[in-house]
Amino acid sequence: MVENVKELLKLHEGITHEVYLDNENSSIVPKDVVEAMIPYYNKVAYGNPTLTHKPGWEAFEVIMNSFQKIANFMGAKILEEITFTPSETEANNLAIMGSCFAQKTKGKKIIISEIEPINVLQVAEMMEKFGFSTTKIPVNQEGFVDLEKLKEAVDNETILVSISSVNNELGTIQPIKEAVDIVKSKNPQTLFHTDASDAYGRIPFNAQKLNVDLATVGSYKIQGPRGMGAMYLREGINMERILEGQIGTQKLWPGVENTPLIVGFTKASELAFENFNDNIMKMRTLRDKLVDGIFNELDDLRFNGPTGEKRSPDNANISILRCEGEALTIELSLKGIYVSSGSACSRRLLQPSHVLVAIGRRFSEAHGSILMKTTRSHTEEDIACVLEVLPTAVKRIRGIVGSTGTD
Amino acid sequence: MSRIPLPYNPKVMDLFRNPKNLGKMEDATVVAVAGNPACGDMITFYLKIDEVKQVIEKATFESYGCAANIATSSIVTELIKGLTLEVAWKDITWKKVTEEIGGLPSVKFHCGVLAVGALKRAIRQYFSQKGLENPSWLPKEHTFEEKQALEEEELAKTLSKRLKPEAEKK
Repeated sequence: MVENVKELLKLHEGITHEVYLDNENSSIVPKDVVEAMIPYYNKVAYGNPTLTHKPGWEAFEVIMNSFQKIANFMGAKILEEITFTPSETEANNLAIMGSCFAQKTKGKKIIISEIEPINVLQVAEMMEKFGFSTTKIPVNQEGFVDLEKLKEAVDNETILVSISSVNNELGTIQPIKEAVDIVKSKNPQTLFHTDASDAYGRIPFNAQKLNVDLATVGSYKIQGPRGMGAMYLREGINMERILEGQIGTQKLWPGVENTPLIVGFTKASELAFENFNDNIMKMRTLRDKLVDGIFNELDDLRFNGPTGEKRSPDNANISILRCEGEALTIELSLKGIYVSSGSACSRRLLQPSHVLVAIGRRFSEAHGSILMKTTRSHTEEDIACVLEVLPTAVKRIRGIVGSTGTD
Repeated sequence: MSRIPLPYNPKVMDLFRNPKNLGKMEDATVVAVAGNPACGDMITFYLKIDEVKQVIEKATFESYGCAANIATSSIVTELIKGLTLEVAWKDITWKKVTEEIGGLPSVKFHCGVLAVGALKRAIRQYFSQKGLENPSWLPKEHTFEEKQALEEEELAKTLSKRLKPEAEKK
């Protein structure tokens, strides 16, 4: 079916203005990040950082500098608390599996929220195969974790709690400090992990101040290169490796360090944090214009997740009633606007986003949802372009739906 | 919760962009619905039937669904135009629809199945609503496509029951 793609792409010819808003699922890497990476493929530091030659020592130097910078950005005390992994998926796998295996004599209970991303949810569920149990804490209609239920759930058997700092679909900023305090007051031995992929670069985040034991971030979520992530593990906590192989600069993840990607991730982090307040102000302003514009143009919409200060500045998630999401993403793509949908129209068992279902959205609302994330690289013109295209696209899909599709 | 690449072929894309026979038919002889918005997949067929000749004069559709759903519904309305009910019943299978559309990604086969399920339901409904005796070619047993449509609707009900009580109130 690859030949179909050629034809599909041909349908996109003649688009004059493209706007990429699917930053949940990948991102455009800015030119200065790409340029920072290139020398590390063949000019400098292309060696293995554990070997005794110039390219190796060069690699060692740049990787150590990156560990230190990422440690600072994540609020770690020392650079040894950071492990680089190939994306937040691997970081979350390592954080959950590695900590549970190391704590297995203390208990078998894992607690997560109902709206954790797949790479937390499914890992926690998979741990049941190894004799662990997973308890899911419900959330309210804005996606906030029920702290009372969390308090009830933590017991002497609980070894790990994992709650995202910012929900990746709803932008809900969880009260992590409060959650950590609740968990530790019930059982000081329980480890607290937070997937901070959607918090990093968007809200102030500091692992030490939050008193979390583990935190994970991903590179493409801050416009860094895909294929890079990092885990913070508080000094002194036992952890097992989940992969075996040659160990180099980091004992929890084997294999040769990917210096160009580490450099790219570090550069992207620097760009995200060096003008932090301006960056988030820009994301927020553009996001608000986008959302307000869509609500001005269309009716029968639902805004998913909280508003104001309780929401991440980049996230817009809107359910468009009487409009099927997959059809809308294709219609928008043909006009140069790239978004994703909570519609799960790619399975035989068509279950929509578990996050939208968890906050009480009806299935038809979830199937008609679109998720968009603004970045500091977007412009006013981008938003104007989306607002010009989107209402027409929605009206066409709604025209096909007609009277069908109301439940 | 898995995602699968969906490289739709040109025919599907063409019918998605320019669906044929779209919209509600006010003077339809029979209207049939298959699927459920809970599954993100729902089709309504409107058939205008020449009741003397038992020929489908015209068919239109509305679809709450993905591009494959829209395209397969559209092609079914084209394929059945001018056919007798008997020929439409016998010749229009999900395999034929899938072939006519130039193939579908495997995860989208059910869209073709649902479209044909809706058609078969419409034909069955015609005889029951008019109080006519079922012709000999119309089996009592549900066909594969009708069973699949029922299964998808059952699934939607089960899933909806798992919704939170707050959701029902809204």
